Amino acid sequence: MTITTPRRRPNPNWLLLVPALGLLGTILLVPLVQSFLRSISSPAWGIGNYVALFTDGVTLTVLGRTATTALMVTLIAFLLGYPYAYFMTRVGDRSRAILLVVVLIPFWTSVMARNFAWITILQRGGPVHSVLEFFGLGHIQLVGSQIGVTIAMSQVLLPFMVLPLFSALSGIDRKLLLAARGLGSSPLRAFWKIYWPLSRGGVAAGIILVFTLSLGFYVTPALLGSPQQSLIAQLLAQRTTQLLDFAGAGALGMLVLVVTLVLVAWANRIGGSISAIGVVATSGSKGR
Amino acid sequence: MSTVMTPEPSTETAFVTAGPRGRRRRDKSVDPIPWWLTVIGVAVAVYFILPTVFVIPMSFGSTSSFQFPPREWSLDLYVNFFTNPKWIGSLGNSLLVAVMASALATTVGTAAALGLHNLTGRLSRFLRTLLMVSIVTPAIVLAVAVYISFLQWHLVGSIWGYVLAHAAIGVPFVLVSVTSALGGFDPQLLRASASLGASPLRTFLRVTLPLIGRGVLTGAIFAFVTSLDEVVIALFLRAPAFQTLPVQMYNAVTVEVDPTIAAASSIVVVSVTLILLIPLLVRRTKRR
Repeated sequence: MTITTPRRRPNPNWLLLVPALGLLGTILLVPLVQSFLRSISSPAWGIGNYVALFTDGVTLTVLGRTATTALMVTLIAFLLGYPYAYFMTRVGDRSRAILLVVVLIPFWTSVMARNFAWITILQRGGPVHSVLEFFGLGHIQLVGSQIGVTIAMSQVLLPFMVLPLFSALSGIDRKLLLAARGLGSSPLRAFWKIYWPLSRGGVAAGIILVFTLSLGFYVTPALLGSPQQSLIAQLLAQRTTQLLDFAGAGALGMLVLVVTLVLVAWANRIGGSISAIGVVATSGSKGR
Repeated sequence: MSTVMTPEPSTETAFVTAGPRGRRRRDKSVDPIPWWLTVIGVAVAVYFILPTVFVIPMSFGSTSSFQFPPREWSLDLYVNFFTNPKWIGSLGNSLLVAVMASALATTVGTAAALGLHNLTGRLSRFLRTLLMVSIVTPAIVLAVAVYISFLQWHLVGSIWGYVLAHAAIGVPFVLVSVTSALGGFDPQLLRASASLGASPLRTFLRVTLPLIGRGVLTGAIFAFVTSLDEVVIALFLRAPAFQTLPVQMYNAVTVEVDPTIAAASSIVVVSVTLILLIPLLVRRTKRR
């Protein structure tokens, strides 16, 4: 006579994950792993393709230009996003709902429609250029330069600054400021000593997120920038489709991917900022 | 927190809890909103909206150039959009891809969300992060890796290549919205249904789906819109025989200088806005 101990059956919930993991595994993960393997095995095993990134003279220049553009975009997003998020915490419920919908509009606007609109707005003879001309600044080229790229990228990345900031700022009790004022502090000093330190988590999350996301932009620099000042994404595309240097492109792609994921994980640790994306994704259902 | 991109309720509750009505009214008298803050807030709001509203007047221009404001007003661009096989054909392709990609993403994403909802532990948290990670991966890195692998798998230029790639990037949106819908779901209901003799499938169709239906619908719509608007991967997978609308719009700016893109932009912007309103309308009608 055998005694069978009741064995725990595997939880059927794991089976529900199989189709999604199968789809994402095959379509996204396998290509990325193949790309990584190619980068360390072709033309010879080793880190030659990665060393080449730092010695070919082009990649580093483009990386530097990409980082500079990303910094400019982040700075603009911060300078505009902080007062906007603060404004959102101050207005009434209805205005706040409207301001929130406005923040989400860049997400809802088609990528190509948005870039096309920026071209017509910023091009020579367009409305913004006409204003510049009026002030005698007509020589400034907006389309085909980093200026246009920066303006267009800041607009679409601003939500990633505003949402974590708004989340942080709405948790700050404004009575602290009133108390500081009551104790004789100037408005500026009260802001700097009390409000700003309390908002720093949201600021850090927003800054890292905007900087990181701007590293991977492809369409906007391709359409609004100049080919002579290409950014890292364009270099990646060029190595793949024109030079057919799949191994070199793989190495460059891995570099961009690792930098991105590390920075996003860092932002997540600081401010839980990816929940901002969750808010965006579900905002339609929440109806705010 | 070690997980990247777990949808956290913190930001959302912040929207709800910020400022009960009574306290705010009292704040206003003691602590008015400075005028400069209102000016900055409104200016940034305009920056958010500008490109979106810009494409609509552009679309009623003439077929000669990208000039703004258009020299003459007409419906020529719309006529061209709906009669030129290049434009209307690419719209058809985009809709076909988006419907199939959204159906696939919604099926596997909903299953995964249900599975993950009932699972705990480190592995399930890791798998959720893995399924979400494409949302922060730079599109160009994915596009290049997918392109090279799809070349070997003969999926470049095939409709199935688009469907699979777009379904994979749509899964995170379904996962987020279904997970958030499951937040208010009582698992006791499943046991109650089973104890009354319902099969798991019947329980899913009659109990689970009606309760999380709006989350599933929202996820499906986001996956649909994501596919409809996706341009970076589509640029790599394109073939002369099969192009999606965003790729045709890209060509219109870079190669053809075809102002029909203005009509295409305003059609896309208006229809995406209407599509995103669907979940709200569903709630309204249910409430009645």
